[in-house]
Amino acid sequence: MSKSELRPGAEAVLEKGWLGAHKWLLMRRTSQIGILLLFLVGPWFGWWIVKGNLAYSYTLGVLPLTDPYVLLQSLVAGQVPHKLAFIGVAIVIGFYLLFGGRSFCAWVCPVNLVTDLAGWLRARLGIKGGPHVSRQVRYWILAATFVVGAVTGTIAWEMLNPVSMLHRGLIFGMGLAWAVILAIFLFDLFVMRQGWCGHFCPVGAFYSLIGKLSLTRIRLPNREACNDCMDCFAVCPEQQVIRPALKAINGTGPVILESNCTNCGRCIDVCSKDVFRFGLRTGGSDSNLGGVAGATPK
Amino acid sequence: MSTAKSRTGSRRQFLVDSARLACGVSLFGLGMGFYARHAKALPPAAIRPPGALPESDFSAACIRCGLCVRDCPYDILHLAKPEEPMSTGTPYFVARQAPCEMCEDIPCVKACPTGALDHSLTDINKSKMGVAVLVDHETCLNYLGLRCDICYRVCPVIDKAITLEPQSNERTGRHTLFIPVVHSDHCTGCGKCEKACPTEVASIKVFPRYMAKGQLSEHYRLGWVEKEKAGSSLVAPDVEHKYNMPEGMKYEFDKGLSKVPPPEPSGSLPGLPKALQGDKL
Repeated sequence: MSKSELRPGAEAVLEKGWLGAHKWLLMRRTSQIGILLLFLVGPWFGWWIVKGNLAYSYTLGVLPLTDPYVLLQSLVAGQVPHKLAFIGVAIVIGFYLLFGGRSFCAWVCPVNLVTDLAGWLRARLGIKGGPHVSRQVRYWILAATFVVGAVTGTIAWEMLNPVSMLHRGLIFGMGLAWAVILAIFLFDLFVMRQGWCGHFCPVGAFYSLIGKLSLTRIRLPNREACNDCMDCFAVCPEQQVIRPALKAINGTGPVILESNCTNCGRCIDVCSKDVFRFGLRTGGSDSNLGGVAGATPK
Repeated sequence: MSTAKSRTGSRRQFLVDSARLACGVSLFGLGMGFYARHAKALPPAAIRPPGALPESDFSAACIRCGLCVRDCPYDILHLAKPEEPMSTGTPYFVARQAPCEMCEDIPCVKACPTGALDHSLTDINKSKMGVAVLVDHETCLNYLGLRCDICYRVCPVIDKAITLEPQSNERTGRHTLFIPVVHSDHCTGCGKCEKACPTEVASIKVFPRYMAKGQLSEHYRLGWVEKEKAGSSLVAPDVEHKYNMPEGMKYEFDKGLSKVPPPEPSGSLPGLPKALQGDKL
């Protein structure tokens, strides 16, 4: 089998073993499903560890967590919430400032499980093409949700938001929300690669704004070792974020500062040359870490 | 030449792209706005939990977290599903299925992180979830002359929110109808009456307040109220209606029969008939 026919990550599997080449993916799925289960064991078994949903939750009667996007919409619509909600927002924003804004998308959001499945199936079925839509559209949608919220005096987006619809649906009862989720699945499968999460979702867009400052980033200490196999591009949900850092476009340092990187860590998994690793925005000593593995500078 | 051409080309492309983006997002926003407007109205069967802000504020303040649902010990609250004709994810209950049990500590309000359920509500008897309305006089058993009284008996604010008003039963000509009357200033809208109503379809129903309540025009003044406030009639003084009563008895319209205190001899005019002696004209 020629190299180009191998699936992305096949080389990494040979190099690092299956587990090594799926480490972050497995941790990510564990996180996504684990968080969902934390919310679900309450209604399922009466073990009330977490009450509420992603909009606002209360853990063990001490820890409030609030979705800053929902709360901001509420403020824009003219309502001032209570203290607990604000504390919850501060904790959540603080967390994502540390661990990367859109890591919400990769590590928490339940829709990601759906769109990842669609993306995987799309690749397996070899479905290609689709309309070209700018990835900036999500920011315009984000702005539109605030404008409509202010004009109608409601949290308008929360009536449609598939993210909260799915999460709330799983916990409190689905209703017809499954149809919305199915629509997103089919859209991502047949119409556009990474259509929803990568182009339209204003929740992700909002978290990416937090991500502009966030501390944890993907670093490329070993970028000289890149052999252009394109596996990282093939698996990355936001492909545009890799190139500047990998190819040092306009002198970009060896760190992905693009706020739309979801910190999913899949590039770390699939790279057989160990180009990527998690690190801090203001990295430091990774050049000598990377220079070890017999890198051939390009 | 070719660079100029490509520049106009890319400018054209930019304008087309921008227009496409603007149109698409505007359409999306418009749709979302219409949907939000449409969903702002609360359907009549859906009652908000105690302390809920007026509907227009509620859909801005409620972040759909469902903590009120979780902390309701009787599990009566639901979050609206997308297909239901109200703001998706907001809490409500249906009185006929399970009414509010009026917990004294109001845990649902305490759980609300945003104040969509107003934390200043501390006395559940002051909550205004809705108003009970005796919607069908034709099926209400008390209207039919029976002593059902269930709505009156189950009411947590008995004798204030619902009273039984006697009325003569014109059908039999000799019995009394005990008509349940709801007083909106005391009714909390808990819905226990609707739940308990024994007719196949409830004859008394709870509606959201905006739907159940009328409102007088602001310039309306109720004469009898104003008279009470002023201590006397504000227009021409009332002439007391005189009835022919047995000696020493008096009848007043809203007070009924009473004994007349024996007239003080000094103030009585000897020539005047007894019936006119109390007249202050």
